[in-house]
Amino acid sequence: MKSSARITAIASIALVICMMSTVLLLRKLDQLRTGSAVEEVLYISSPSVLKRISLGYGGLLADVYWTRAVQYFGGKHHNGAQHYALLAPLLEITTRLDPQLLVAYEYGANFLAPKPPDGAGMPRRAIELAEYGIRNNPNEWKLYYQLGFIHYMELQDYAAAADAFARGSRVPNAHPWLKLMAAQMAEHAGDLQTARMMWTTMYQSTHDRSIKANAAAHLRALQVDEDVSIVEALVARYRDRTGRLPGSFSDLEAAGSLRGTPVDPLGHPYRLMQNGHVVVRVPDDLPFLKKGTPPGYVPPQTPKLLPTD
Amino acid sequence: MSISMRLVHIASNTFREAVRDRVLYNLIAFALLMSGAAILVGQISIDIERLVVINLGLTAVSLFGLVIAIFIGIGLVSKEIDRRTLYTVLSRPVRRWEFIVGKFLGLAATLVVNTVFMAIGVFAALLYVSHHFQKADGWLLVALYFIILQFLIITALALLFSSFSSPLLSAVLAFALFVIGCFAEDLRGFASMTQGVTRWVATGAAYLVPNFSALNVISSVAHEQPVPGQLIFYNTAYALIYAAMALCGAVLVFEHRNLK
Repeated sequence: MKSSARITAIASIALVICMMSTVLLLRKLDQLRTGSAVEEVLYISSPSVLKRISLGYGGLLADVYWTRAVQYFGGKHHNGAQHYALLAPLLEITTRLDPQLLVAYEYGANFLAPKPPDGAGMPRRAIELAEYGIRNNPNEWKLYYQLGFIHYMELQDYAAAADAFARGSRVPNAHPWLKLMAAQMAEHAGDLQTARMMWTTMYQSTHDRSIKANAAAHLRALQVDEDVSIVEALVARYRDRTGRLPGSFSDLEAAGSLRGTPVDPLGHPYRLMQNGHVVVRVPDDLPFLKKGTPPGYVPPQTPKLLPTD
Repeated sequence: MSISMRLVHIASNTFREAVRDRVLYNLIAFALLMSGAAILVGQISIDIERLVVINLGLTAVSLFGLVIAIFIGIGLVSKEIDRRTLYTVLSRPVRRWEFIVGKFLGLAATLVVNTVFMAIGVFAALLYVSHHFQKADGWLLVALYFIILQFLIITALALLFSSFSSPLLSAVLAFALFVIGCFAEDLRGFASMTQGVTRWVATGAAYLVPNFSALNVISSVAHEQPVPGQLIFYNTAYALIYAAMALCGAVLVFEHRNLK
């Protein structure tokens, strides 16, 4: 083999080996530095300083910070974290760098508002974020919806929710449901149907699969809450009539109260407990339940969202 | 003459040439910057003198070295061709790969010497503002070591680009890769959020660009945070292998380049 050909062959083999080695080493480094892109310290926490040093490329920097916020939340959420200290500052930096970055408001408020482990448990910061978004994007109806949603779901402040929906309904091309919701808030705040309407709108108005899955899980939970309330009322009526609790759903069927064994939204039959309570069979598949969980049930750290939603 | 002797000769000539080109004059500018900063922050700030001196000092070491690595690195091959001294070298029993590796070693040595002098300046300024050293200052040595590792990667890349393109384009490419490399972890984050073919392409690109973010611990050592031993080990291995990879590329290109 000629000297040049030999060197070419050796250099080529060395190049490939080095390339593979660098990938393996990078994976090791990534494992070592998990979350290093966003450590638990923000060395530059001032959005205005960051905006100045971005030299006019604030849009790009905002995209980077938004990605960091998503990674920060995703990583912590995956581990069932209870504290999200950097989430609000990261979102603040992102939106100050690019006030028109609507996803940061929509998703960011969803990350911030719910209680841990579903979110950061910072509904006030979520409201500040949504209000800042509205100030900078006054014609985006989804931001008003987001604001009303947080007021309603997290703070149970129905008047503020109604106000947010009413403001949103006046925006050109706003979703027609906003007007309806403003009215609904005034009349039926806090009832099951209103909550169902809210989650349905959330489900229909987003393209994001994770938000859809979350909304679907909440809708199923509302359905279970309603089912359990109805069936337990039937059980109570049976007891009043016969003086004893039904042994199974067949007793209720025989008494003409039910047409068959009731099933949960995933198609699993409910279980009738000896004390007359009605519970679901697979509670892990039905997160966010307020009623119908088996006695002593401890929900998983991270709610299970079904990929089929 | 053995291979190692030939490499040492080429490397020492490269080092001498860099010194003759007054590369080390940057040390004067650096000394002025550090002494000026040390005096200034001592007068105008409260409680962050040490922080400012470390951040400013290590950043300046990194940027000064980066500029030298790029601008000397891109001329290593092209200058020899322009002056026609390359033909004299290659007419001797020196192989082309030896020329490339020797040039790399020479510039790396220049940068190490340069960094050592600048490090002395940083520690002197630190002593001036703090009046004493503390145990955590030892981590500055690790940060300086990582900066040298960065120089090795960027020198090898500059050499690779200069083996096939003009000096100006080589400088632009090397600098662009440095900037991209500083965001390497974000790039891999972006890649992991995509799907399908895009994910493969983006992940491949993210792994191919040099990872400078893991090599930058300036902020954490300024905040007196220790650097894990494993990080030092993996960073060392990564930087050396990445530089070797870029050098292999440069050797391959240069081996087949028509020098007539």
